Amino acid sequence: MKKLTLTLGAFALSATGAMAQDVVRLGSEGAYAPYNFINDATGELDGFERELGDALCERAGLTCEWVINDWDTIIPNLVSGNYDAIMAGMSITEARMEVISFTQNYLQPEPSAYMGLAGTDASVVEDGIIAAQSNTIQAGYVAETEADLLEFPTPDETISAVRNGEVDAVLADKAFLVPYVSDSGGELAFLGDDVLIGGGIGMGIRQTDDDLRATFNAAIDEMKADGSLNEMIVKWFGEDTPLF
Amino acid sequence: MRSCAESFTGYILRALGRDYGERLLPRGLDITLCDQLFLIASGLIWNIYFAGFAIVFGFFLATAVALARFSENPWLNRPAGAFIFFFRGSPLFIQFFFFYSAFVLLPRGGIDIPLGVVTLTVDTSPLTTAQVGGLLVLILNTTAYSAELFYGALRSIPRGDLEAADAYGMAGFTRFRRIIWPNMLRLAWPSYTNEAIFLTHSTTLVFLSAFPARQQSGEAFYYARYFVDQTFNPFFAYPLVAAYFILLTLAIIGLFGLANRRLNRHLPQEARPRLRFRPQYIR
Amino acid sequence: MFEFCADPSALPDWQWFVCYLTSGTHLAFYRSFVVVVLLLLVVAPVALGMGLLGAMALRSHFAPVTLLGRGYVNLVRGVPDIVFFLFVPIALGQGIEWVLHQINCPDWDQPIRQGNDFIVCREAKMPPVGASAWARDVYAFGMAVVAFALVFGAFAANTLFGAMQAVPRAQTETAEAYGMTRAQAFRRIVMPQMWVYALPGLSNIWQILIKATPLLFLLGIQDVVYWARELGGAKTSLYTYPHPDWRVWYFLVLLAFYLFLTWTSERGFGWLTIRLSRGQATAEGERQRRKGLA
Repeated sequence: MKKLTLTLGAFALSATGAMAQDVVRLGSEGAYAPYNFINDATGELDGFERELGDALCERAGLTCEWVINDWDTIIPNLVSGNYDAIMAGMSITEARMEVISFTQNYLQPEPSAYMGLAGTDASVVEDGIIAAQSNTIQAGYVAETEADLLEFPTPDETISAVRNGEVDAVLADKAFLVPYVSDSGGELAFLGDDVLIGGGIGMGIRQTDDDLRATFNAAIDEMKADGSLNEMIVKWFGEDTPLF
Repeated sequence: MRSCAESFTGYILRALGRDYGERLLPRGLDITLCDQLFLIASGLIWNIYFAGFAIVFGFFLATAVALARFSENPWLNRPAGAFIFFFRGSPLFIQFFFFYSAFVLLPRGGIDIPLGVVTLTVDTSPLTTAQVGGLLVLILNTTAYSAELFYGALRSIPRGDLEAADAYGMAGFTRFRRIIWPNMLRLAWPSYTNEAIFLTHSTTLVFLSAFPARQQSGEAFYYARYFVDQTFNPFFAYPLVAAYFILLTLAIIGLFGLANRRLNRHLPQEARPRLRFRPQYIR
Repeated sequence: MFEFCADPSALPDWQWFVCYLTSGTHLAFYRSFVVVVLLLLVVAPVALGMGLLGAMALRSHFAPVTLLGRGYVNLVRGVPDIVFFLFVPIALGQGIEWVLHQINCPDWDQPIRQGNDFIVCREAKMPPVGASAWARDVYAFGMAVVAFALVFGAFAANTLFGAMQAVPRAQTETAEAYGMTRAQAFRRIVMPQMWVYALPGLSNIWQILIKATPLLFLLGIQDVVYWARELGGAKTSLYTYPHPDWRVWYFLVLLAFYLFLTWTSERGFGWLTIRLSRGQATAEGERQRRKGLA
């Protein structure tokens, strides 16, 4: 399965001059708003990471191309060279560091939260059925608790499972859940306290690709220094998000 | 590294849930060949469950639908024809997706059916599980395919047998039970054996489509796919699951062969139709 | 698509739906139906070709070839085909890379399988490192075609073999009596006539092929199932067209699409049977002759 990459149409940005042959391919999931999602009006990848990735490539003078890949196989496909970097809301963890390397984080460690139907008792967090996307830090976290873990391949399905009562709650990044709660008109609510897992979100890069990592690290430094990264974070995640 | 015996005790019943063995599935480099051997075998529990119940329920429903389809009353044969057309004309894989997404829309609190004085509340939540909802889809699907086979058999029941029944003064249910039904089964049995085999093979689709595997308890192919995703080596898990299915297929042929012998026991030896091994058509 | 779609949130219902159904993602959804039809149109002739080769192998008088044909047909039919659909692309992909690795990087000293990784040198990557998205799509699609053609080729081989046997023996004998060689008799007598006998079987295989196409989804190809799931899922107000869970409607559309495909194919094959029966030594051919149609 790892060898088969999903690619979505032509995501190629306009090739900028002489660097055209040196295309850097960025892998993303396209299903985790506001981090990355397919814009339903244009059919193209959109979101915080799309904007950030394009900005980083522009600063580093690279021509970048986006590749959509299932979350399940996003790391193996990076390793096997189907694309050169991952920008998919991926938290920097020890376990992942064994397989790939990361740039510095471009988002601060963010809280994850449990979301369930309004009126659900908060104790389900400990002993209920909890949905999480498979291979995420949240899934790993739930598996360690006494709660029943129900894994789904896409984030979307975890939300549906809460809505239709298949699970008691979902554990996911809070920023991903906020629009669902605010849109639901009181149907959905956060349960219990937020949990802090993971060490911030960064770009995943092959361990052998030190040059590319250095290039992106420099570009991220630059954006942190001139405040443009913070601006972008506020634009997509709101005022309350921890900044740099 | 686990020993083979530890793998056996840890995973042979794991498909029933995490209370029946290791809490977590083996991951990454930790996976041994014995893990694959026993965990995939434990998944067969669900393949047998789905196939067994679907065949038993489907058999009776298919008889009813085939009779309806054969009936001259348009109020019976039209709906039966439409039912068969719907389930035979569309892919089982999409049927799973469709029914799952329909089941999840049913009201959570259950459906109230007013029965005069009392109100019956039907709990619909189990329908979103593979064990109930997935089974239901399989039952409906095999009912349609088997009904078509039975319908074909009904049409080719020898006229002489029916005339003989009339001559003996049989009518109604007696005529059906003694003449029509045994004849229908006898004629349809070889193809029905194939249908049972296809159905058993299609149980691999349950967890590949929409139905979630709670506590990671799934059927054999679900685990085979899990191992291939984890180890990136298709050359053990897939051939293994194929071998398990060949054994399952042979078991079905054996069982149905026994029934076939019984159905044809009144015929002279050389006139008895033999079951042929013609498996493998996906729907 | 349309002028008034600039701000869908302020539109009346019918215009909202017009905009929604012509959005970028929906156009991709409609294109994916073409992928299904494309797969059918590519697989059918390839599988038929493989079936023909298989059937000829089965008929061969040279024992090893017969054995090869029989091995192929029984191997594919004995293994559940979903296993085949998932096994072939990944095994073939690794096989191709392994062969390229042996050719291009003879002095590579590390093992190819390291733990859970399959590692070949850079030059052995397929599709090549840096290939365009388009090339990767074609490669993945090609793998799927191979898997489908292998499975359905074995089905077809069996049907065609039966059909060749069904051509009345007296006719080939007559041909040989006229001095035709075995090959000539096959080409002039058996080939033109076998199709009418093969048709019921081939029609059945075609229907099964249609119903197997949604399994493309499992190969990671963005087919109709992928888009139905993607578009049907609930969308929050971050999206241009927010809506609740509409998956059931999208899958209903897929069911209708497939019912239409199988229904039209059935009618098509019915017409073909009558057409091919013309002048044949079968009951239908006889009936047409008596009516004076042929």
